[in-house]
Amino acid sequence: MDATVSFVLNGKPVTVKNPHDRMLVWVLRDELGLTGTKVGCEAGLCGACTVLVDFEAVPSCSTTLGDVAGKSVLTIEGLAVDGRLNPVQEAFREHHAFQCGYCTSGMIMAAWAFLKKKPKATKAEIVEAMEGNICRCGAHVRILDAVESAGKNLGGVR
Amino acid sequence: MRRRELLQGFAAGALTFFFTTPVGSAPIVPTRPGTYPEDFNAYLKISADGRVGCFVGKVELGQGAMTVLAMLVAEELELDPAQVDMLLGDTDLCPWDMPTGGSLTMWHTAPVLRGAAAEARAALLRLASKALGAPVSDLALKDGAIWVKSAPTRRTTFGELVQGRKMERHLGKVKPKPLADCTLLGRRVPRKDALAKVSGAAKYAGDLRLPGTLHACILRPPAQGQTLVTADTSTAERVPGVRIVRDGTLLAVVHAQPDTARKALALVKGTFEGAEPDVDDVRIYQYLVDKAAPGQRVVISRGDLAAGEKRAATVVEGEYRNAYESHATLEPHTSVAKWEEGRMTVWASTQSPFVFRDAVAEALKLGQDKVRIIAQFVGGGFGGKLVGPGAIEAARIARQVPGVPIQVAWNREEDLFLDGYRPAAVVKIRSGLDAGRGAITFWDSTVAGVSQGEAELSYDMQSNRYQAPTVPGLHPLKVGAWRAPNAHTNAFARESQLDALAAKAGMDPVTLRRRLITDARLLRLLDLAVETFGWEPAPGPTGRGIGLACGAWRQGLVVAVAQVAVDKATGKVRVEHFLEAVDVGLVVNPDGARQQVEGAITMCIGQALSEEIRFKGGRILDKNFDTYLLPRFSAIPRIQVVFAENSGMATQGIGEPPVVPVAAALANAVFDATGARVTHVPFTPARVLEALKRVPTK
Ligand code: FES
Ligand code: FES
Repeated sequence: MDATVSFVLNGKPVTVKNPHDRMLVWVLRDELGLTGTKVGCEAGLCGACTVLVDFEAVPSCSTTLGDVAGKSVLTIEGLAVDGRLNPVQEAFREHHAFQCGYCTSGMIMAAWAFLKKKPKATKAEIVEAMEGNICRCGAHVRILDAVESAGKNLGGVR
Repeated sequence: MRRRELLQGFAAGALTFFFTTPVGSAPIVPTRPGTYPEDFNAYLKISADGRVGCFVGKVELGQGAMTVLAMLVAEELELDPAQVDMLLGDTDLCPWDMPTGGSLTMWHTAPVLRGAAAEARAALLRLASKALGAPVSDLALKDGAIWVKSAPTRRTTFGELVQGRKMERHLGKVKPKPLADCTLLGRRVPRKDALAKVSGAAKYAGDLRLPGTLHACILRPPAQGQTLVTADTSTAERVPGVRIVRDGTLLAVVHAQPDTARKALALVKGTFEGAEPDVDDVRIYQYLVDKAAPGQRVVISRGDLAAGEKRAATVVEGEYRNAYESHATLEPHTSVAKWEEGRMTVWASTQSPFVFRDAVAEALKLGQDKVRIIAQFVGGGFGGKLVGPGAIEAARIARQVPGVPIQVAWNREEDLFLDGYRPAAVVKIRSGLDAGRGAITFWDSTVAGVSQGEAELSYDMQSNRYQAPTVPGLHPLKVGAWRAPNAHTNAFARESQLDALAAKAGMDPVTLRRRLITDARLLRLLDLAVETFGWEPAPGPTGRGIGLACGAWRQGLVVAVAQVAVDKATGKVRVEHFLEAVDVGLVVNPDGARQQVEGAITMCIGQALSEEIRFKGGRILDKNFDTYLLPRFSAIPRIQVVFAENSGMATQGIGEPPVVPVAAALANAVFDATGARVTHVPFTPARVLEALKRVPTK
């Protein structure tokens, strides 16, 4: 049964008519055309589909549309402001912290959620925060460096 | 988006220069099938606005092909790589090429492309010479402008020069710039795909969203090798919007929404036929040995083994195994196919557009000119996307629904089920060392499951024999090329065996190799690795947990040094430090090459420690990343990469070589830490505990 659900997507209110229990990743990719969020396992195991819901990183493959009613959803497409990359995106670009790029959206979203709370994290804390995100290409060392340096640049932000 | 802009740019300049084949017309085909076209127009097009387009049949898998190929063109034409627009992997627009695999891009395609760019440079200079009334030797070029050195105001641009011209020229007449004059090669340049990938704009096959796309989910048998007999689709068909498409034994549930198609598929009940092999992931090794035995054939043989054995003071007999391993690219196989006006177009996640084209044509009984493959950004390949069963499925379904784009995106369970795995294998080696010099007196190796590819390294051996199976259809499961196929299996066995010989003879592993290595390049690389790591080798086990292994992939050489900590209570191996010294000749893109090495080390930590396909008969028991374990952040050691200075040698591929010695170095490190020899990849905690039990107590 389709339900009418409203939430804030990348800063703008949206309303979609979809089943309540439809997974958010399909609403984003299929209904709303935001394909930056990727699908790797559909089971909350790889992090490729990570988005922020009220600034918490969640796997959108395991989050229903109903779960985000009235909430704020941020995807990779919503990170850049006025065409300026977000500091985490900037750091990933600078460090070449990707190869195939398929994990990258999820990595950046997970890192951003974490750094917002804890910009001055240690490497060990970053590792723990990123543990749910898989990179098959093995870009890990660069991803860690990128997150660390983005954290440094973020020092006092918000 | 970029593709469209690029094409529009070149199509608009109807008077483009290096065009003999207008965009969108017949495919560019080589004169002989399976060769590179000689006409440099096939590779480079300079439009009236001066932009340089580069068309190559390779694919961006994440390995940085897009960037390094642009560097080669930019170097010859004195451009910034950002000024070169890359169009990769479109079988209509790009010249024929080999698959993107086997580390062949830099080895095969790069010289052709450099030659084409050099040809273009010469042609542009000649045109400029006429236009400016100055000899070529008096001209300079940079960033798309050409001017007279002695009078810099007398200048022209690529755009002005190509206006309305057409040129035919064949490769091989003009030599690329000498290395000493190159300013770009060897420098770090920003990856061309960076912005697209960090912004989420990069389009993979599943991101296309062609209007009217329907998503097809295919009914799978429970076991590999089985086929559909009957299907009850009545319940599924009651889901609004669902339609069933059949083509022979292929049955797909099709819907406008991918998740609805998937859910409706679960309502289809099928029966299947086909016997399952009586084997599982435990019995597979004996199965392979038995099945391979009658067809074992000597592939290399040198000297007198029996005499060699008599001279041996130390003899070691080893058996080394590795499990089936999946490519497990994070992007599962995905294709979108559309049948229109008698032509099939497939947008695919592929490593080999031309192989896919030919395979789709064959499956659909179409001419090759009736199939077009358009590669998208590919979310990892590693050999897994050299073949395209998913693309064929999409094309077969699309053929039934003309005009409708059909997307087939495997889910993780399908991807693990349908993958062609790295073959399970057993390598048995008997070998001996003499007492004094540390020479190998004999080396007798028999492999089942793979070939003896890259089994030999430049080690001095007084006698040896290598046997490999010839039995077709040896494997009960589907197997394929997995990054550095054969080589990593054989290196694991060889380097483990050498380590065991050294330990038994009371030698340290570095000294033994120094005595055996006959190739000066490898010897230098060994020294570089040992020195950079800061290691004082001693006969093992030393308790420090440091292991060494050497490996080769064609001319590319690698020496790996690993340090691990082993938890003797749980059997868990923690990799603390991993170094690779690499010699792949001239390194064109140092940062890109380094990335490949880092990635290979990381990937193979998973190969060595945790990745294994479990199965029973044809049933694949691993269905997702909860049991199929890829390395995560907590498993990543300090990684060090050092390249040998060897710019005198032609650039070798970098995708495979760094894979080759990883598991061996880790196994040898486990031995050095504990005295336990792990011989079965992956050495999971359970297998490490087993090995620890076998260590004799002093
Ligand atoms: S697709 Fe959602 S966690 Fe993997
Ligand atoms: S870059 Fe390919 S999966 Fe991370």
